[in-house]
Amino acid sequence: MTRPTAFEIEDIESDRVVGHRDLLVVYLLLGIAFGVVLARSEVVSWFRIQEMFRFQSFRMYGIIGSAIATAAASVALIKRAKLKAISGEIIAIPRKELGSGIRYAAGGTIFGLGWALTGACPGPLFALIGDGVSVMIAVVLSAVVGTWVYGWLRPRLPH
Amino acid sequence: MTAWFAREWPWYVAGPLIGLFVPALLIVGNKTFGISSNLRHLCSAIAPGRVEFFRYDWKRTGVWNLLFLAGVLIGGFIASHAVMVHPVAISAETKAALVRLGIHDFSGMAPREVFSWRALLTLRGFISVVVGGFLVGFGTAYAGGCTSGHALSGLANFELPSLIAVLGFFAGGLAATYLILPFLLGGI
Repeated sequence: MTRPTAFEIEDIESDRVVGHRDLLVVYLLLGIAFGVVLARSEVVSWFRIQEMFRFQSFRMYGIIGSAIATAAASVALIKRAKLKAISGEIIAIPRKELGSGIRYAAGGTIFGLGWALTGACPGPLFALIGDGVSVMIAVVLSAVVGTWVYGWLRPRLPH
Repeated sequence: MTAWFAREWPWYVAGPLIGLFVPALLIVGNKTFGISSNLRHLCSAIAPGRVEFFRYDWKRTGVWNLLFLAGVLIGGFIASHAVMVHPVAISAETKAALVRLGIHDFSGMAPREVFSWRALLTLRGFISVVVGGFLVGFGTAYAGGCTSGHALSGLANFELPSLIAVLGFFAGGLAATYLILPFLLGGI
């Protein structure tokens, strides 16, 4: 093989830029697929969330349990195969720091209260706006304010 | 569109499909699946102020996720407008319990008596929407993730912090369901 000419190098680099843009489109398409799955599986429904917290149907537990099992098996396979991402990076999942654990217990409980009140976690909130439940826009705005207030109080909160 | 699309998908189809988004995002771009980071990206983009938590390059770290989120919204639109969607077929016990609390409209994805612009002016509408939304935003930011980031990505990677967070999700959800909703929906 001869060394690539300047023209060829430029070609490869412009390819890479196109590649990056292509990937952004892939994220959008994956998001669309996720929105469809959330809506048609009805996990976006306030009623389904109530059914779950009242332990009156196996459905949500079946969905969450089988989703975790599928994700865990896939992650284990990816790690074993030491796969590279299409973007070229080596796949590495950053570990979460435990610290005192307070942030997970307290933050988790606060989110749980909001989850049952709104009947939606962040993904479903957006699927519901697309679904036509337009008042969920107000939920999202409040959630953005809530996130902002956390960021502001962060130096004073136990983590 | 065929009938299977209009009916609610069984749990053993929906669950594994949802789980596959974790490896899909890893394989495409080494991205960790987590929706609530977008709330932080939105703060960073709109009003970072002098808050250190929001002073980072959200375009570099967040654009892929914000696009994913825009997709979720479009997907929700497609799913509900492509076909005639049936009312959510919840269990008879749940329906009876909610009727006792004063919920009568079961036709949508959420009860319209509580989740509509007009209901925002009622105490139960305001608390469900505005206070509930605030708690979702504050809690996910404090916990560093929501159902996708902790329950899915985190538990799939056997993270102890995520297990603590998920136990918190359920503790909070049960508390709201049994201690707050009876008064909020029924009493006020």
